[in-house]
Amino acid sequence: MAVTSMASAPAAARVPRRGRDPDGLWRWLTFAPALLLMLFLSVLPLVNLFATSFFNITWEQGQGIWTFVGPTHYQGLLSDALLHAGLTNTLIFAFLAVTGQMVLGFMLAYLVSRIERGKVLYRAIFILPILIPGIVIGAIWKLMMNYDFGLLNQFIGLFGLGPHDWLGNASTALLSVVIVDIWHWMPFCFLLFLAGLESLPQDVFEAAKTDGATAWQELRYITLPMMLPTIMVTFAFRLILAFKVFDEVYLLTGGGPGTATEVLSFTLYQRYFTEDRMGYGSAIAVMVIFLICLLLVMAAGLRRATEARS
Amino acid sequence: MSRALALKPGTGTALVRHIILFIVAAITLVPVIWVAAAGFRTQISLLIGEFLFTPVMTNFTEVLFSKTSDFLLNYRNSLIVGIASTILCVGTATLAAWSLNRMDWPKWVVHVFLAWALVFHMIPSIALAGAWFGMMRTIGLDNSFLGLILAHAVLNLPMALWLMAVFVRDVPVELVEAARIDGAGTPTILGQVVLPIIAPGLAATSVLTFLFSWNEFAVALTLTMKQTATVPVAIAKFAQDYEIQYTQMAASAALSILPALVLLLVAQRFIVKGLTNGAVK
Repeated sequence: MAVTSMASAPAAARVPRRGRDPDGLWRWLTFAPALLLMLFLSVLPLVNLFATSFFNITWEQGQGIWTFVGPTHYQGLLSDALLHAGLTNTLIFAFLAVTGQMVLGFMLAYLVSRIERGKVLYRAIFILPILIPGIVIGAIWKLMMNYDFGLLNQFIGLFGLGPHDWLGNASTALLSVVIVDIWHWMPFCFLLFLAGLESLPQDVFEAAKTDGATAWQELRYITLPMMLPTIMVTFAFRLILAFKVFDEVYLLTGGGPGTATEVLSFTLYQRYFTEDRMGYGSAIAVMVIFLICLLLVMAAGLRRATEARS
Repeated sequence: MSRALALKPGTGTALVRHIILFIVAAITLVPVIWVAAAGFRTQISLLIGEFLFTPVMTNFTEVLFSKTSDFLLNYRNSLIVGIASTILCVGTATLAAWSLNRMDWPKWVVHVFLAWALVFHMIPSIALAGAWFGMMRTIGLDNSFLGLILAHAVLNLPMALWLMAVFVRDVPVELVEAARIDGAGTPTILGQVVLPIIAPGLAATSVLTFLFSWNEFAVALTLTMKQTATVPVAIAKFAQDYEIQYTQMAASAALSILPALVLLLVAQRFIVKGLTNGAVK
């Protein structure tokens, strides 16, 4: 969704001048609320964040004392072990979770597009996790993965396995969080893929069928290439959200055990709020935003490359 | 719709498909149902893991009506913040989408604004929460509904803007021009010509915006205190207690997904429309 909004800009500009509102006052009145909201609550805080990242703030009798420290905080980033763990885990988490969601979501959408009955019912069921608060998903799976009474251990117990401490064991904690995230967001990929599959032009498939194409050939040479734009958009969208992951980790593991599930947003939270290091926390925030801009530029480049190819 | 797409499946393969889908549906539903059921258990029944149990209402009455629980207050707070921020966000986004799409803004204004909205959308909200917290404290809006309402409105603004832009583009130019020739000003055109056409899109965007505000945790955690805490903040508290009240946590979790369930039942069409609009169009 977010990525294609870039593409919408030229489309918006291409609307013919005919039918455009000549009313100058209303042009401003309709745009001003959004502009003000953005200026005061997104531009200003980011400027604020950037400025704060060059200061040390200590508190004395409710008064903040600001000391200019220059780029010290940015130098500190390099040797912050927690931040390194957060960055590494976020990359691993995003890669595993998004891949899992995309593959499973596509398979599921493909299956649902090929059944005759029950489509609406399945869709309603699969949408459910998208609508549940992240923190509640954390609560649900904290109970599900509980060592003593969790349903997951009861289930593997049926096969004589376990019990296993899913979230408390450093070797499976991150994987468990990945599984929860796949459960949470696979439905979103499914939904976008299903909509994409259903909007494909049918005549191509008719032609392929006449030519005697097998289901596999049809999937490999028609469906997948035609779905590529939808797949790319979904991938970019999910990847960005995966980098923002916070709620589930906050409730499931709190970054632990040790730093096994420490993710970027959580490191930021700990440094800024828990340890009350506003200056240093701001520096982390600025770095995260910089990384995201980098990702965005790469995504735009990738998009241009695929568009040029097709 | 996909009748043509389906390969006239034999009964065998159709059965396999339904079995797979049934299993996935079970994996999706069982955790939710199991936790909702845990809300009706006693702590002991849950801990010893008995399969059949006698349902009790104590967790729900405890969570909702006990003197030590603020859950009803949290629920009310979430509703206030959700409804107010949705109105602010969707109203603002709709006007801006119309303005950027149909009024003579220079191209660069449109591009810069949309690109900024895109970048802003990608920033982890916890990164902004710090700056917001500082700003709100300076102007005395920390621990107030207004602060959180503004924050949620701006958080969801990029998505609402993007969705409304898609719906606004579908409004026929001829219709607007005819109204203008009849002497209608911008407010009349927006209210009487555009609004009826974009109403379904407006509903879809509003439903999603409300749910995202209802679900939002990181910013609510940092901008609220006991009196203004929203439902997700309250649920997170359960998990941090030294002795976790698992069954009460389950009961509150079940209560917190009620709005989503209701909206899924009555507005599935709008939710699907909202979630899929961007990727396919």
